[in-house]
Amino acid sequence: MTGREASPLSGGARLRRRRAASAGAELLSLLAAFVAVAVLVVVVVSIFLKGAGALSVHLFTRTPVPFGETGGGIEQALIGTAELVALATSIALPAGVLVAVYAHEFAPAGVARLVRLCLNVLAGVPTIVVGILVFTLMVKGSGQSGWAGALALSIIMVPLVARGSEEVLAVVPATLREASLALGATRARTVLRVVLPTAVGGIVTATILAVARVAGETAPLLFTSSIAATTVNTDPQRPLASVALSIFADSESPDPHAHQEAWAAAFVLLVFVLAISIGARLVASRARGGRLR
Amino acid sequence: MKTRSETSLTPARDAAPSEGLLSQPAALDVLFEQRSPAEAEPLEPVLEARAVTVRYGAAVAVSDVSLDVHRNRVTAFIGPSGCGKTTLLRTFNRMNDLVPGAVVSGRVAYHGVDVNGAGVDPIEVRRRIGMVFQRPNPFPKSVFDNVAFGLRLHGLKDDLSGRVEEALRRAALWDEVKDRLGKNALGLSGGQQQRLCIARALAVEPDLLLMDEPASALDPISTTRIEDLLRELRSQVTIVIVTHNMQQAARVADLTAFFSVEPTGGDEHERGGVLIEYGPTEQLFTRPADRRTEDYVTGRFG
Ligand SMILES: Nc1ncnc2c1ncn2[C@@H]1O[C@H](COP(=O)(O)OP(=O)(O)O)[C@@H](O)[C@H]1O
Ligand SMILES: [Mg+2]
Repeated sequence: MTGREASPLSGGARLRRRRAASAGAELLSLLAAFVAVAVLVVVVVSIFLKGAGALSVHLFTRTPVPFGETGGGIEQALIGTAELVALATSIALPAGVLVAVYAHEFAPAGVARLVRLCLNVLAGVPTIVVGILVFTLMVKGSGQSGWAGALALSIIMVPLVARGSEEVLAVVPATLREASLALGATRARTVLRVVLPTAVGGIVTATILAVARVAGETAPLLFTSSIAATTVNTDPQRPLASVALSIFADSESPDPHAHQEAWAAAFVLLVFVLAISIGARLVASRARGGRLR
Repeated sequence: MKTRSETSLTPARDAAPSEGLLSQPAALDVLFEQRSPAEAEPLEPVLEARAVTVRYGAAVAVSDVSLDVHRNRVTAFIGPSGCGKTTLLRTFNRMNDLVPGAVVSGRVAYHGVDVNGAGVDPIEVRRRIGMVFQRPNPFPKSVFDNVAFGLRLHGLKDDLSGRVEEALRRAALWDEVKDRLGKNALGLSGGQQQRLCIARALAVEPDLLLMDEPASALDPISTTRIEDLLRELRSQVTIVIVTHNMQQAARVADLTAFFSVEPTGGDEHERGGVLIEYGPTEQLFTRPADRRTEDYVTGRFG
């Protein structure tokens, strides 16, 4: 044994080694956190610098201009993305919450495990595959449409909403369910009147994060909604433009103005995603605080 | 005075006769002097348990328990932790239906009707037989909405605020919350939350109220208030209260049932909760018929 002669509280070599290991681990994780933040800062700043020239009100209020001209915008893409995401959310929110409620509140343990496995697999499916699936189901024969794009996005959102919702259902205390059931409520009533109202903050958070995730999706829209739409359209029966696809199309263009516009659009998209992610965190902490107050 | 029939509530058991007089703490004797004359009313069973056995998988939690719960009396279930008091209580309003793996056998009759019988809706059972839990569990809603929850559930929507007020008054909480009915119930103190849960249960007017250690998570002052409340409620509703506090049983209960964990089958290792003795509280505490009851109530248990 080491450190026999040391005072009984001084620890000895083994403790010193452990303390060094602990300090090393702390340093490494600090470094990793720093790298993550640094990457984000570099991405945001460089995109901003490259797109700054095209960042103006026109970007939001005008549609693309012909080759070589300047002063165009991506109004049609902003409107299209907003509509696509809204439609996708209106499909994925109820579907995701229902799946979570079924798995957590009603399904036998084995079935619930299977549902969870399926959600995990679905969450891991490459988004281009989702795009191709919707293409073969809806687009082939009848053509691209906003609905097809929204459906593809919603397929990506469902597992995110469902898994997030299930996590909050799991922290709703069992004693609340018991209180409701002991008053003579059915399980369905209990879910509707007690469980979901208690979990609503977490469900909203999960949904906002899913919106942030799909707002920038490109692959699922490639075959399902429009890549070339340059005019404002709000009819989901027809193809809708999107910011992500505009960035893709602009950056493929030989026009340097288009390149700048692509960077500016990317910056707008990035700011939007960051803002709603932070908004989601705020909702989450408000919901927690509110429940304790 | 107690009638003879009241002293033999426990179905015949080969209990060892009590050995000599017990040295009772003087405080308990005083309590028994103060009993209200209401006890002179004849006993009328509201709920009859016959040979009730509950298993969780292979483990026996409650073994062959038979007892009657009597109208407008407070019945206490006492006994060491793990002797099946909660489990038995939950068979009365079919809350064990919700526990995976719990299997109930025997008969629980509520006003003569088997609560597990064909055609009996557990929803209706739970509406008639209210329950208050060990930890206060108000919904994260307003005080008003907590009490109104059961009323809305059962369509008792006429004069909702009148009914809510009535329930809060019966739970001795009205004066403390009348100015904050719209505030979140989680802002109340623990004792107030538990009385809110009692009000919530009383609102749907059950005629039997099951309480599982309702004061065990509360401070002494809140506990006293709940005990006072139980004595007041006794004339309106039948109460079964689980407690591991013998003083509490002595203070509030007319009748007391003592449970213990004993060997159940032929196998020495197979143990489960058994009803040892059931009778008027005073008798159970001062002249227990069973040696195990005597050991428990005099603190010689274990
Ligand atoms: N949900 C459950 N699953 C399995 N065993 C349980 C469950 N609830 C209680 N038990 C067991 O049943 C026995 C009686 O428990 P309980 O009724 O809670 O006793 P008490 O309320 O008297 O402390 C204990 O041995 C306990 O471990
Ligand atoms: Mg218990």
